[in-house]
Amino acid sequence: MCLIRRFEEEAGRQYQRAKAGGFLHLAIGEEATIVGTTSVMRETDYLIGTYRTHGHALARGTPARSVMAELFGRETGTSSGRGGSMHIFDVERRFMGGYGIVGGNLPLAAGLGLASRYRDEGDVTVCMFGDGASNTGNFGETMNLAALWRLPVVFLVENNLYGMGTALERHSAVADLSKKAEGFGIEGERIDGMDVLEVRERVAAHLEEVREKGRPSLIEASTYRYRGHSAADPEIYRDKSEVEEWREKDPIETFVKVCLDDGTLSEEDVEAAREEADRTVEEAVTFADESPEPKLESLYEELYVVSETMGWYAVDERSPEPHRGELGEEAPAVARDLAESGAAHADGEDQEQQSRPGVRD
Amino acid sequence: MSDAAESGGSGEIRMREALRDAMAEEMRRDENVFVMGEDVGVFQGAFKVTEGLLDEFGEKRVRDTPISENTIVGVGVGAAMAGLRPVVELMTVNFSLLALDQIINHAAAIPYMFNGHVRVPMVIRMPGGGGHQLGPTHSHSFEALFLQVPGLLVATPSTPGDAKALLKAAIRDDNPVIFIEHESLYGVKGEVSDDEDGILRFGEAVIRREGADVTIVGILKMVHVAERAAEELEEKHGISAEVIDPRTLRPLDLDTILESVKKTNRAVIVEEGWPHGGVGANLSTLITEQAFDWLDAPVQRVTGADVHMPYSRRMEQAAMPHEENVIEAVLAATEGALPRKEGD
Repeated sequence: MCLIRRFEEEAGRQYQRAKAGGFLHLAIGEEATIVGTTSVMRETDYLIGTYRTHGHALARGTPARSVMAELFGRETGTSSGRGGSMHIFDVERRFMGGYGIVGGNLPLAAGLGLASRYRDEGDVTVCMFGDGASNTGNFGETMNLAALWRLPVVFLVENNLYGMGTALERHSAVADLSKKAEGFGIEGERIDGMDVLEVRERVAAHLEEVREKGRPSLIEASTYRYRGHSAADPEIYRDKSEVEEWREKDPIETFVKVCLDDGTLSEEDVEAAREEADRTVEEAVTFADESPEPKLESLYEELYVVSETMGWYAVDERSPEPHRGELGEEAPAVARDLAESGAAHADGEDQEQQSRPGVRD
Repeated sequence: MSDAAESGGSGEIRMREALRDAMAEEMRRDENVFVMGEDVGVFQGAFKVTEGLLDEFGEKRVRDTPISENTIVGVGVGAAMAGLRPVVELMTVNFSLLALDQIINHAAAIPYMFNGHVRVPMVIRMPGGGGHQLGPTHSHSFEALFLQVPGLLVATPSTPGDAKALLKAAIRDDNPVIFIEHESLYGVKGEVSDDEDGILRFGEAVIRREGADVTIVGILKMVHVAERAAEELEEKHGISAEVIDPRTLRPLDLDTILESVKKTNRAVIVEEGWPHGGVGANLSTLITEQAFDWLDAPVQRVTGADVHMPYSRRMEQAAMPHEENVIEAVLAATEGALPRKEGD
């Protein structure tokens, strides 16, 4: 949890320094939901998430340097700079990806579950998604199909109370999301997503039950992101006091207190953990910064598998070379300008001028 | 309608049987291949393409799905990422619109955006096209739409033999394949290879009819329309037309088309889809860019009308390309350049 917190804080800082581009969605405040879940999964269980999944990859064991390098768009990133912050991926650790389309990962999770069932492998897929995704057609379709086919999937809603800037009670007719799949025959449970021990215990119970009975379940973890939806969110939709209230329940600080109180950890242990996280993240930034940019001649690589069933192949019949406009030195700046003209992407300076509740650096 | 179905002979099999055989053979060959879609099992397929598969392979491998197109495709993508080889049937291409998020944002994008660390070896079959008075929401031709998406392969078979061999190739291929079938061709009979390893490689066009004066490129059912038009052009106008069937649009065997155009110096492209941004628009540009010096006339396009398919039989037929439209386009391309027979 310490590592995720430090990683996300630093990612935010590097974004302000324009080292990371595009959109940046931080999970600060949601660490217990992530770590509590992954800590009770088997190595062969699948995990699939959203566009807020730096922490999920870290919790699965993906090196911080690879995730940071992906944010920097470098060759050494998890997808060699093809995916970026929203599309972290690590198949070796069965982290089957972050996805930029809200609700898009739900059917994929059912497919992973189908594969496990098809081959009688006994693995469970954990599908994490936000409260906003529970309103998509994919939610209803996937719950129905997963229940109908008895697929081994734990669906876990990371309910952070906002679908971007729209509050839960303003976007979902049923605010108790744990009940939202009942009509499809999937029982749900609401848990405290800020309490890592509770998350561990309840997710472990769900994993066991799903593995045993071979049918899906739903967990709603109540959690909160201290930062905005993305790194460029002025947060005009919520009060600073609300953020402060949730900070009282901080997943790391409350867990530290529990461990200190029962003597599991000493002050020195806690300090050592924080320092190790600092060092890891510092090293990750150095690594990412020193990593090479992807080679332009790799632009068309990995688009297709060229195999015996493909007669001949050209990506673009006009020319095998990169298109005009993709070669110039100024390309990153141009791309940045384009990104920053997006509606949800206020530029850094404007953001600094606004009051930014909940951002502490 | 008077389609090529009538020309089928004994000993030959129909397109729908050829497609079914391709799936059955590949399912016998590879445990990881399975079929899913709306009514593919108990109902035996809306167009009877999956007839008999449930009996042979059981419910595990022939899966009836709820009517949830985006999720059906997405489940296929997830299963493919985990190593299975799904063959997903969408009941018609029209319904693929409900699944475009999974097709484009997921199936096509995933291998590239995760830099090849995972593959999506799946086939998405879908029949389309007009001619059965199914009206505006059940008669689409979306070859051009899928052709535009990097990461997808697009197959458009026009004969039972090609359909079987291409589908087997598609199932064995590690890329996501959009496999477009034409509803009017399911009953067409033709010679089909019994060779269980008889696959047709993607990106290899075939010359259906050799000719010297004009190149006609046809897609799906329009291959047959082009062939019949070519016969009439020969008989009535003394024009020798070469007819090319690309068979796959991505990858596209542009070489074969360009070689033909360099010989005939004229090109006509026939498709059932809409004209704007269509297969013909794309191909016309490619020919113009790469064979401009060989062209004696502008490339002509014959397309479906730029409207939503009307229900009325008379109106529907007017909205679809026919032999006379192809002949008209060929005459426009060859006007003044070829000797006409007396009386023309």
